Amino acid sequence: MYDTVKGSDWLGDQDAIEYMCRMAPEVVVELEHFGMPFDRTDEGKIYQRPFGGHMSNFGEKPVRRACAAADRTGHAMLHALYQRNVRANTQFFVEWMALDLIRDDSGQVLGVIALEMETGEVVAFHAKATVFATGGAGRIFYSSTNAFINTGDGLGMAARAGIALEDMEFWQFHPTGVAGAGVLITEGVRGEGGILRNSANERFMERYAPNAKDLASRDVVSRAMVTEINEGRGCGPNKDFVLLDITHLDPATIMKRLPGIREISIQFAGIDPIKAPIPVVPTCHYQMGGVPTNYKGQVVADDGTPVKGFYAAGEVACASVHGANRLGTNSLLDLLVFGKSSGDSVIDDLKSGTIGLKELPVDYAERTMARLNRLNTQTGGADVNATRLELQRTMQKHCGVFRFKDMLSEGVAKILDIEKAVARTEIKDKSQVWNTARVEALELDNLIEVAKATMISAEARKESRGAHVRDDAPDTAANPNGRDDINWHKHTLWHRDANRLDYKPVIMKPLSVESIALKTRSY
Amino acid sequence: MEDRENLNRLRWRCTRRAMLEMDLLLGEFLDRIFPTLGPEQAAAFVTLADMEDLELWPLINGSRECADAVQAEVVALLRNVRVK
Repeated sequence: MYDTVKGSDWLGDQDAIEYMCRMAPEVVVELEHFGMPFDRTDEGKIYQRPFGGHMSNFGEKPVRRACAAADRTGHAMLHALYQRNVRANTQFFVEWMALDLIRDDSGQVLGVIALEMETGEVVAFHAKATVFATGGAGRIFYSSTNAFINTGDGLGMAARAGIALEDMEFWQFHPTGVAGAGVLITEGVRGEGGILRNSANERFMERYAPNAKDLASRDVVSRAMVTEINEGRGCGPNKDFVLLDITHLDPATIMKRLPGIREISIQFAGIDPIKAPIPVVPTCHYQMGGVPTNYKGQVVADDGTPVKGFYAAGEVACASVHGANRLGTNSLLDLLVFGKSSGDSVIDDLKSGTIGLKELPVDYAERTMARLNRLNTQTGGADVNATRLELQRTMQKHCGVFRFKDMLSEGVAKILDIEKAVARTEIKDKSQVWNTARVEALELDNLIEVAKATMISAEARKESRGAHVRDDAPDTAANPNGRDDINWHKHTLWHRDANRLDYKPVIMKPLSVESIALKTRSY
Repeated sequence: MEDRENLNRLRWRCTRRAMLEMDLLLGEFLDRIFPTLGPEQAAAFVTLADMEDLELWPLINGSRECADAVQAEVVALLRNVRVK
């Protein structure tokens, strides 16, 4: 629990963090019973490995805590859980896109409106309970390790339905994504002796972290890379990446220890790393903020009361356990624990009669149909791909791994301009059946909501905390690491309505143990 | 379905998967290699694209062999794709 609180830079809610940590052994055992192929010790127990930031005794010494299935834990989990769905006869609506939440005048959520891509038909899914497990929105950035599907559809739907988005300024970046493609190059490459170089072929990490050099922590390496690029020492025609060099390593070592990386580099950078260095940039990896929920997986309004009929878990949700920076391995734990608790809450709320099937409001589809009609009739409008690219480049440049006051202010103005273009996107193909251009335009409607939430929340937060690092909030004696607890130890709530920002206190009281008091975060 | 509809559906299957690596590889393959395939190989690619990531990724990264000979030819082409 201490490691998660510390990782979050004390912005995580301690009731949710205690709940997640207490539930962790239970969900691991449950997964094991579902057939998850965890690695084993010689005695047949689940193998546990050390992981960055995992410590025992309140940060005293490293501990083996992370349960894993080789280097494919997430995939193995997906497989085990998918099989459970098959067993439960879950009906998947594949090749459908959810467009909007349905809420009535009391604010209760009564389902979603969705588009069937094969027919172009728009349908209401009238429901007693709606659970979002829609993932994050990493595609708001130009360089992202996220798959193309991560366009923040759940966040866009929630924002349009009047639900605030919490702590959206906090995004985790990985230092080494392949420039252009975004595909992740594991930290293990630097562990094996990989060196980062700038356009002068200099090993620049020696200046930023004289001891740890290329093996310094993720945020230190990422900021150093961005500084090199911003100061004109980037590589390539646009000077917008640095190089990860392993050409000095024995080819036999590369083939033996890093075979997957060699393949990724050849496939996605067109470079054999045995012969030439790999172009890399800090790349967006994980969204800490999201739709505000409590530890029961219920979506909550600004005052903490549950929004009836609405639940969320995983990257779309903000419980908040990750606060300003997620501890490694906690993304999978989050979705297991809160996926389960949201399901349990649905059952409890149904049993207690808190939720049930209510009539749909007369005008429930009006807003969605107006959006679709606008898209169908727009002429002389903006191109979807060009607008999305501009959004992604703006987010990367103005709200990336290292943030500057003036760049953030300019970024807000630019994103609000891009919003105007998004409101008048035009698609040439107006057909109903399998119209992917329409779906891409609808995805852009969601990306812009997340981009606004992120840029505006980041511009407003005048401190450095966790993954949100501002040049004008440096490390001082009064504010170590630039963190300002007096003014900024609070959650951001961005409302789509007039881009209004509110704040709410961080929950410092755990469920049963003593509170973990504020402390400087240093490793 | 018309050709446009079939191709749009295939493009969606190729570029809205759960892994960025797959989106990039299958998307690039669809643009550059797919138009050059004969009917048998094209059909095999459609079958591969319809697979879940958990089935397809092991074939692409070589941890599992393809049972079908034509599919194996297409997987070999896929593994040689270089994303620009």
